[in-house]
Amino acid sequence: MAGTAILGRVTWRTATVVGLHEETTTARTIILAVRDWPGHVAGQHVDVRLTAPDGYSAVRSYSIASAPSSDGRIEITVERLPNGEVSPYLTQEVMVGDELELRGPIGGWFVWRSDQTEPIQLLAGGSGIVPLMAMLRSRSSAASAAPFRLLYSVREPRAVFYHDELRALSNQGDSVVITYAYTRVTPKEWPRPAGRIDAELIAVGTWPSSLRPTSYVCGPTSFVEHATDLLIAAGHDREKVRTERFGATGERK
Amino acid sequence: MNASMNYLDGNAAGGELSRIFAVDITSAEGQCVNCGARRRFAEAHLYSDCPGLVARCALCGHVLLRLVTIEQRVFLDLRGMTYLTLDTTQPQQSSTQVSI
Repeated sequence: MAGTAILGRVTWRTATVVGLHEETTTARTIILAVRDWPGHVAGQHVDVRLTAPDGYSAVRSYSIASAPSSDGRIEITVERLPNGEVSPYLTQEVMVGDELELRGPIGGWFVWRSDQTEPIQLLAGGSGIVPLMAMLRSRSSAASAAPFRLLYSVREPRAVFYHDELRALSNQGDSVVITYAYTRVTPKEWPRPAGRIDAELIAVGTWPSSLRPTSYVCGPTSFVEHATDLLIAAGHDREKVRTERFGATGERK
Repeated sequence: MNASMNYLDGNAAGGELSRIFAVDITSAEGQCVNCGARRRFAEAHLYSDCPGLVARCALCGHVLLRLVTIEQRVFLDLRGMTYLTLDTTQPQQSSTQVSI
């Protein structure tokens, strides 16, 4: 992937790690200060390139977690994958002050712009919450009144990213309605047994298709396929369902 | 994991395509040569677990695009799309059609 600019359009930039915090035992948020960052729209991603001393380089895509801002900073949240090439470095070794090579922002389709006023349905599978969190944060920072709902499918309670912030969002007056679905372990006395999302959960946890919401579905490919099929079966127009797949492994190459 | 689940969206090709195109191709609409479906490139199924990137029509599976980088040379094969239409809203409200 190491390459030279064609017509000078490659925009690899230097990003400096300015903050780190753990989201879960396996995921970490990295705050980056990016030189000449042009700004972004919620939902976009960046490519991160790591190069070893022998010249071998690996590029991975990570969704931006932070709302658009003008301070030249972005946040990404990286989940450590058992046999990952890049994610173990980003979640365990990288330190404040380190520099990374970064290209972006990328993508103009899986985005939410703050001038959108229609109801928004977010569906996250695991770390698929990241670009959807950027949309929730963008909604808050733009003081948008667009009605948002989030259905967040996650392995177990301790795997939830942005836990306190999501709770605060759902407690606000112009609240975002959040529904959790646990696939392996539920909290105590949780009404629904652990399992994949199903038609019943779509019926109670998402906007009805009659409101013509725009839906954003993000997660592993199998989750995105399943959730999209359920939405279409519930009467949603395929044109109104936007998807971002992380692949089978969750590590996008 | 099922091998058929080993694909991403056209979105994921945005970084590599930005090396070649000055505008965001992932939000362009393209027509599949094989089945005639008109969809955003971002909605194609992208296979990256191969030497390069292969995008297939989400509806019929026909190859839309292949992009391979070998050292300093990029090979781009767009045989699977009859056209791409780009919304150039950023600077002004107009639409451009690119014939391939």
